[in-house]
Amino acid sequence: MSAKRSSGFNGYRLAAIARKESYQIFRDPSTLLVAFVLPIVMLFLFAYGVSLDTRNVRIGVVLEADDAAAQSLAAAFSGSRYFSVTPARDRREVEPRMIAGHLRGYVVIPQDFASRLQRGQTTALVQIVTDGTQPNTATFVANYAKSVVSNWAATQIPDAAPAINVQSRFWFNPEMESRRALIPGALSIIMTIIGTLLTALVVAREWERGTMEGIFSTPATVLEILLGKLLPYFCLGLAAVSVSAVLAVWVFGVPLRGSVLTLLLLSSVFLVPALGQGLLISTLARNQFVAAQLALVSGFLPAFILSGFLFEIRSMPRAIQMLTYIVPARYFNAGLQTVFLAGDVWPLILPSIGAMLLLGSILFAIVVRKTRKSLEV
Amino acid sequence: MHARLIRLRAQIVKELLCLLRDPKSRAVMLGPPLIQLFVFSFAMTLEVKHIDIALLNHDSGGAAIELVQQIQSSDLVDRVRTAGSERELAEMIDTQQVLASVVIPETFSRDIARGNSGTAQIIVDGRKANAGQIALGYLQTIAGNAATTRRPLSGGETATVRHEFNPNLIYPWYVVPSLAGILVTLVALMVTALSIARERELGTFDQLLVSPCTPSEIIVAKAIPAFLVGTVLASLMMGAAVLLFGVPFTGSFGLLFGCLMVFILSLVGIGLMISSICSTQQQAILGTFAVVVPAIIMSGFATPVENMPVALQWLAQCIPLKHFLIILQGSFLKALPPADVFANAWPMALIAAVTLTLATRLVRSKLQ
Repeated sequence: MSAKRSSGFNGYRLAAIARKESYQIFRDPSTLLVAFVLPIVMLFLFAYGVSLDTRNVRIGVVLEADDAAAQSLAAAFSGSRYFSVTPARDRREVEPRMIAGHLRGYVVIPQDFASRLQRGQTTALVQIVTDGTQPNTATFVANYAKSVVSNWAATQIPDAAPAINVQSRFWFNPEMESRRALIPGALSIIMTIIGTLLTALVVAREWERGTMEGIFSTPATVLEILLGKLLPYFCLGLAAVSVSAVLAVWVFGVPLRGSVLTLLLLSSVFLVPALGQGLLISTLARNQFVAAQLALVSGFLPAFILSGFLFEIRSMPRAIQMLTYIVPARYFNAGLQTVFLAGDVWPLILPSIGAMLLLGSILFAIVVRKTRKSLEV
Repeated sequence: MHARLIRLRAQIVKELLCLLRDPKSRAVMLGPPLIQLFVFSFAMTLEVKHIDIALLNHDSGGAAIELVQQIQSSDLVDRVRTAGSERELAEMIDTQQVLASVVIPETFSRDIARGNSGTAQIIVDGRKANAGQIALGYLQTIAGNAATTRRPLSGGETATVRHEFNPNLIYPWYVVPSLAGILVTLVALMVTALSIARERELGTFDQLLVSPCTPSEIIVAKAIPAFLVGTVLASLMMGAAVLLFGVPFTGSFGLLFGCLMVFILSLVGIGLMISSICSTQQQAILGTFAVVVPAIIMSGFATPVENMPVALQWLAQCIPLKHFLIILQGSFLKALPPADVFANAWPMALIAAVTLTLATRLVRSKLQ
């Protein structure tokens, strides 16, 4: 074994650094907390806690009329699975409850309801008032309340068939369960936390404590050091993704229509830019607090908000759409949702892989340059 | 008493220096959150617009042409891409070139002309649960409108809708104040969680313990910097909400500010609890993360709290952000009456009292 300094790549030195790093991972329970416990909590929350399939929304039904038709419409609201109804006689009863946030809106069935009904549908039958502070819920209340009224009206007014009948189908997710779409997305957030936040912290700690200089003074090359540091986190990330995928499929009932290999390939490729970003942050910050804040704002929050996981990218302003192109989680999220729900759609997966590799190589190129420089100074 | 005040003052000065001395730390406390406020406020929209849809039209009749025109001219759709076959249509959905597609069968116009219903099929990409459902809702409305122009007797408006407090459902009115609450949570928790853990890691905490300072003094001194940072950040963000985003402020500013203090105090309590358990900064940061991520998910920001299972709804009561979001949104848009403000403020005060007491206990236990 020659101890020549910095001459080419040495597998033993790489393995030694990787081993040291692995010990560090397993010695600190907080790493395992974030790599395994937090993912399970998040998957659980996305499966059972948070749901975009709104039902049992609390609304008030203000019955100003007393006739049978009005009663029957009120009963239609009570019977709907989308609403949980608080009955009232006067809108002054429900208005304060809506302000307090106990009700998301209310429906007023007016005094002259029966005569409006007889006149046909030239005038609106009821008034729907929603709490506009939460636009999403407000839209939901308005649309579903309208459909309750229309469906009820259809049973009351014998009329010709509607001109257009819409048949809708959801591909890949026929029951439209939001968890099936959210859980694959949650994986991309978990991987961002492990790849970017964890790496940023650990390497920043070495800089903060000065042990990084210690490693640099060894015969190991910059490349060996960087790879040795990243390898254990790469494995940790893949382990976390495997555990999460197993849970997603067997516990939370998300189908895996693509192949396991494609899933692992996508995850491995995503780790390249994620780890690169973590490394870059730590190199720039060299302080754990700063590194944590930077990882949060440049890694975690974009993975949450700009990845298309919850918010539709095409609906964002043009400038922000451009910004999403440099968020690796955007590509990973699309790939994951496809592998889980649709299958191995290579025309979508290959460009995603290409984009992630490109972002990864740019990040690593910057890291290697920055690290060399810092040694010279 | 006098000696006590001098001690406390010295400690507070020290804590402030610790936090604000490093220019990078100073910068990341205020800069990124403010940038995030701007970027994310525009990004976080659950509206769906400007999407591409695919069209497979087997019918050359007038009713089909009219339906397609209505779809094309709506705000929802940016581009309608014509598919030549079922396969081409499937490909566009598979590769996410389009979010939804409309299939019009050969008999569509003929059925309508005969007085029957013409059936149009809408296929939605189920990978995008939320956007897909919203897009479907819009497409159904468009089809409904097209149907009424064809046959005015059927369908039609059955109800008028009024959105109170935000008549045009402007998303930033909802997102900006809420995001301010979330970003303040992140920063305030992180700053406090690190405070004790950093001293433990560097070994200076032992020095602190052998000094004449009492545990409550230590806690007060550690709480103040985060308190200041949180207040400044929140004020900046709320100012930006009103002045730059034009969000109306209808409530009581004094009350909101009072609640902000209680809110930050409860965050400081949680942060200090985490901090006194952890022995390294890494543990503190990751511990904070493990707490804050589920807390934000359950806070009712992205999805209403009442959609969650009952057990989780109870758990959500322990999240200060959940209560503060109600106060924030209410104070901005609803002119929330003081009684309702109070109803959401006392749980935060309770959380603050419990966590701060526990944190003091934990520090005291280190003394013995």
